[in-house]
Amino acid sequence: MPAVSMTVNGKKVSADVEPRTLLVHYLREHLGLTGTHVGCDTSQCGACVVHINGESVKSCTVLAAQAEGAKVTTIEGLADGDKLHPMQEAFREHHALQCGFCTPGMVMSAIDLVKKNKNPSEKEIREWLSGNLCRCTGYHNIVKAIAAAAQTMRG
Amino acid sequence: MYAFNYHRAKTVADALKLYKKADDPKFLAGGHTLIPTLKQRLARPSDLIDISGIATLKGVKVSKTAVTIGALTPHVEVATSSAVKKAIPALAGLAEEIGDPQVRHRGTMGGSVANSDPAADYPAAVLGLGATIETNARKIEADKFFKGVFETALKDGEILTKISFPVPEKAGYMRFDQPASRFALVGVFVAKFKGGVRVAVTGAGPCAFRVPAMEKALSAKFAPEALEGITVPADDLNSDIHGSAEYRAHLITVMAKRAVAAAK
Ligand SMILES: Cc1cc2nc3c(=O)[nH]c(=O)nc-3n(C[C@H](O)[C@H](O)[C@H](O)COP(=O)(O)OP(=O)(O)OC[C@H]3O[C@@H](n4cnc5c(N)ncnc54)[C@H](O)[C@@H]3O)c2cc1C
Ligand code: FES
Ligand code: FES
Repeated sequence: MPAVSMTVNGKKVSADVEPRTLLVHYLREHLGLTGTHVGCDTSQCGACVVHINGESVKSCTVLAAQAEGAKVTTIEGLADGDKLHPMQEAFREHHALQCGFCTPGMVMSAIDLVKKNKNPSEKEIREWLSGNLCRCTGYHNIVKAIAAAAQTMRG
Repeated sequence: MYAFNYHRAKTVADALKLYKKADDPKFLAGGHTLIPTLKQRLARPSDLIDISGIATLKGVKVSKTAVTIGALTPHVEVATSSAVKKAIPALAGLAEEIGDPQVRHRGTMGGSVANSDPAADYPAAVLGLGATIETNARKIEADKFFKGVFETALKDGEILTKISFPVPEKAGYMRFDQPASRFALVGVFVAKFKGGVRVAVTGAGPCAFRVPAMEKALSAKFAPEALEGITVPADDLNSDIHGSAEYRAHLITVMAKRAVAAAK
């Protein structure tokens, strides 16, 4: 079995995995980072979004082998000890989750948006979330939370 | 997913060599068509040759007459390139509409064109602009490239390296989304050149195709009303739960008019 190595949430990791191992399965099953979810098998729901070298991607549609040498950030890598990331804090504050299944992917996707667009409009937020499905909230409070977090992050 | 062997190619020559040595290989680019297909067990390649690290196949070059895009350039790079936006805004706009942000971060132009999904967007631009497709072995004109459902002129083991799109006077792309998958139910690309107009349709047939009657009418007068009454026969069009062939035929004319109105 081929070896893969990468940096996950700032920590160097490596393992021997089958070539068909998806990045999401590597994160969840080999590294125990179960914050990243799998919500579909058609690459559509976005529950699995993580950052590879700072960019949001669907970790269910990337082989672990394709992340060789990369810097991966998951939802577990956001908080600073007990201090939540401003995006996580805004989701909590604005009731942007109900069951929470979509939340890790939403948060990771939203952070990428705010990095690229510091002051996104409601329309831009909704368009950006086209790859993140939520069955509970109706999106309204998610959009509010992202706008609020963007404001906090602008300082 | 069935098991496969995985190889990383550093150069085109490397990829061709690895491909020759394997039993039933496939190239892997952005993986946003191939990996979902493997997950559904709809394909069972013996080996994946990962070409995504081949640096020479990435990037966008813009001259006065052409926009040339490396096969491995992700959709996001075409969508956000200010040079592409200036030279062929309809091409940047098309890339911006593909899938969602995460799909655009990984999916590549070459993968989309090599795959020739009946509903993919890029084939409409390739055919609508009369682009030239380059491979490791030759150049292929757009008119000779798309052959059928998931079928192109590429030979087994041939690597698409780049595509060169001529800069038109004006072009427009309009698509009507299939609401669940958000692929195009019908998409129409219209391009006006000095020598005439080209019209290419995706989503409606087995692969992208041109509409000569619309091209003739628009070459005489480049305005939406020139298309009044011109329809594509429904006979050979796709029909599924998302839309009948007749509905798609109707949408082609509507989308073509909108593409002309939006052209810049
Ligand atoms: C949720 C979702 C939504 C999407 N929505 C859209 C949409 O709205 N419109 C749209 O057009 N597409 C859409 N796509 C498809 C997306 O654009 C794909 O990324 C693209 O079609 C394939 O590119 P890839 O780099 O991912 O190719 P891969 O999946 O890596 O490869 C696809 C096929 O092409 C072959 N191939 C790849 N590169 C080359 C090359 N250089 N030379 C020869 N053969 C090659 C591979 O062997 C494989 O058979 C969507 C995908 C997903 C998952
Ligand atoms: S698990 Fe649904 S997109 Fe990845
Ligand atoms: S909170 Fe339940 S799916 Fe989004």
